[in-house]
Amino acid sequence: MRRFLMAAAALTMATSAAQADMKVGVLMGFTGPIESLAPNIAAAAELAMQEATESGAFLGGMQVIPARGDSTCLDAAAATATAERLVTADKVAAVVGANCSGVTIAVANNVAVPNGVTMISPSATSPALTTLADQGYVFRTAPSDARQGKVLAQVAKARGIDSIAVTYTNNDYGKGLADSFSNAFEAAGGSVALSVAHEDSKADYAAEVGALAASGAEHLAVFGYIDKGGKGIIQASLDAGAFDTFLLADGMVGDSLVEAIGEALNGSVATAPGSDSPNAKKFEEIAAKAGVDGSKPFSGESYDAAALIILAAQAAGSTDRAAIQSKILEVSNAPGEQIGPAELARGLSLLAEGKAIDYQGATDVELTAEGDASSPYKEYEVMDGEFTTVRVH
Amino acid sequence: MGVDVVNAMVLLANFVVVPALAYGSQLALGALGITLVYGILRFANFSHGDLMAFGTMVVILLTWQLQAWNIGLGLLPTALLALPLGIAATIAVGLAADRAVFRFYRLRRSAPVVLAIASVGVMFVLNGVVRVVIGPDDRSFSDGARYLINAREFKSLTGLAEGLTIRTSQVLTLALAVIAVAALFWFLRRTRAGKAMRAYSDNEDLALLSGVEPDRVVLLTWAIAASLAAIAGTLYGLDKSFQPFTYFQLLLPMFAAAIVGGIGQPHGAIAGGFLVAFSEIALTYPYKKFLGYLLPDDVRPAGLLQLLSTDYKLSVSFVILVVVLLWRPTGLFRGRIA
Repeated sequence: MRRFLMAAAALTMATSAAQADMKVGVLMGFTGPIESLAPNIAAAAELAMQEATESGAFLGGMQVIPARGDSTCLDAAAATATAERLVTADKVAAVVGANCSGVTIAVANNVAVPNGVTMISPSATSPALTTLADQGYVFRTAPSDARQGKVLAQVAKARGIDSIAVTYTNNDYGKGLADSFSNAFEAAGGSVALSVAHEDSKADYAAEVGALAASGAEHLAVFGYIDKGGKGIIQASLDAGAFDTFLLADGMVGDSLVEAIGEALNGSVATAPGSDSPNAKKFEEIAAKAGVDGSKPFSGESYDAAALIILAAQAAGSTDRAAIQSKILEVSNAPGEQIGPAELARGLSLLAEGKAIDYQGATDVELTAEGDASSPYKEYEVMDGEFTTVRVH
Repeated sequence: MGVDVVNAMVLLANFVVVPALAYGSQLALGALGITLVYGILRFANFSHGDLMAFGTMVVILLTWQLQAWNIGLGLLPTALLALPLGIAATIAVGLAADRAVFRFYRLRRSAPVVLAIASVGVMFVLNGVVRVVIGPDDRSFSDGARYLINAREFKSLTGLAEGLTIRTSQVLTLALAVIAVAALFWFLRRTRAGKAMRAYSDNEDLALLSGVEPDRVVLLTWAIAASLAAIAGTLYGLDKSFQPFTYFQLLLPMFAAAIVGGIGQPHGAIAGGFLVAFSEIALTYPYKKFLGYLLPDDVRPAGLLQLLSTDYKLSVSFVILVVVLLWRPTGLFRGRIA
């Protein structure tokens, strides 16, 4: 009997120790159109959590535990159910995610805002997120496509493109980006010959490409997904000899595209959030040590999203959901001591001493009052079968 | 002017004629399988699209294995080597489905609609099996030379403004389709077994009285339909891409092709396949550039001149189906509509 009581007591202690952890949801598109990008994005977020845990400085030695969930990138119902599970069953304090704009808006409206859970998306870029009625619970470390559209238009004009056809994936992300690009490109004196949506997951895009080619434009902008329709459109364009070089957005930047298409992609241009600041370089180094590719799209943003949640909890002195939300803007913006990547330990101890910090992280985070990031874009060109950074906008 | 006409023709060939010929052959092979099962076993087999997906899946798995062993055909895709085994596996599955499901209803002489609904069940099972084994994603298995002529080479060779691409897979599709159809027609018209099948199709009771063995006819029908399914599926996958879901979607254009041609009529299925393919592609192609070459400068069209947006490609089959059923329910070649 005594042995049983002792065992029970030990068990209770173990459970109460487990409750002293802070769980953070990692809601990413592990399956679906960006499944080749998602593992790296998730690993970057988990890298920040591991760093905070190992520092021993987080809320008096508390651990930060990731709880993964699949947002599917496309299926709003599935993403909502997964987020519901993270919030109610896993009892996460906050969520890093989701990945794609459509499901991020669905999760925000159906789960995060009603439950008062902060979510920070590393990669949802639709302009629609800026004006979402989110009661301040939705942030993102990726910049809005309202800006990417302008950058893409600049890049196109700078390369002497005057007339272009646009095709975009038929969802919030594609439509938002296509609209913002078309407006900016036409304002800069270019002309958009044709702008049409394409559906993902079709076997054959020859007909879509035929229509785009018939518009008379010699260049094609593809705002789609790397593992789905975007790749199909490029393959069909090259097959038919309709277009030779492409203007691509962030959903299309990745090794799997050059592997699938090969040399024919050389000369195509792309933009994705990122910078070559010292912080970004430093992040790539520490990420590489942990087996994460820090140069891939949205990995730095993801690290920063997780770091902001951890720092906000430290600033609030608790893992309470509402307390975290109230401190996000405070730790991300000036005034305060600047904190770079791999400096979470320093940030945590400064906060513990009651000092203010200005988290810079991998992407030089600065959040607007609406919770949007205003970070820079990288311009890539495909050279010798690799996305190579040529400039930062 | 002369050059403009050639440019216009090349443009049309590149975007309409060549793709439609390849797509039409794939549809025709699929529709042939549907029409044979309908003509001889007397039911609409909705599991045909997923039978195609199953055969293609087997071919893909074998192709990957062959590629791992570095066995290939040089310029031709390795999948051709894997195709015979893929056909064998598909025949086995077709026969197993018949033994497990269709035979039961056939022996009871159930109404065709009962068999058709049973085939929907078989379709879901096959669909699930394919997804479990190979997954729902896009799988690539084409190798060898991708192009016979590509647009850039064609332009520098001829000096024309428009390029013409002919892919290896497109030529292969046409060639294999011609061989398969010729072999089928020879079999149906010249061999004893083929004649027995036709007799069984025309009048089952009379054929039985004349000593036609029904089990043998059923076995041959499934063997031929499954072979055609595996060939059509593999060619479609090589030419476009393999994803289980798109094979399910092929069911509609294939049925449209079989019905337009006159269901139960093999030559009708072929004509129907090409008709559906050419309609789908020609109706959704914008003719702005094409007419731009042919018309004088001052009357060149400003709009795209596209009859239907490409989003409506699949609905073309629906429209053809409805029009044919309204105006000529027996189809082009007087098939049987029971």
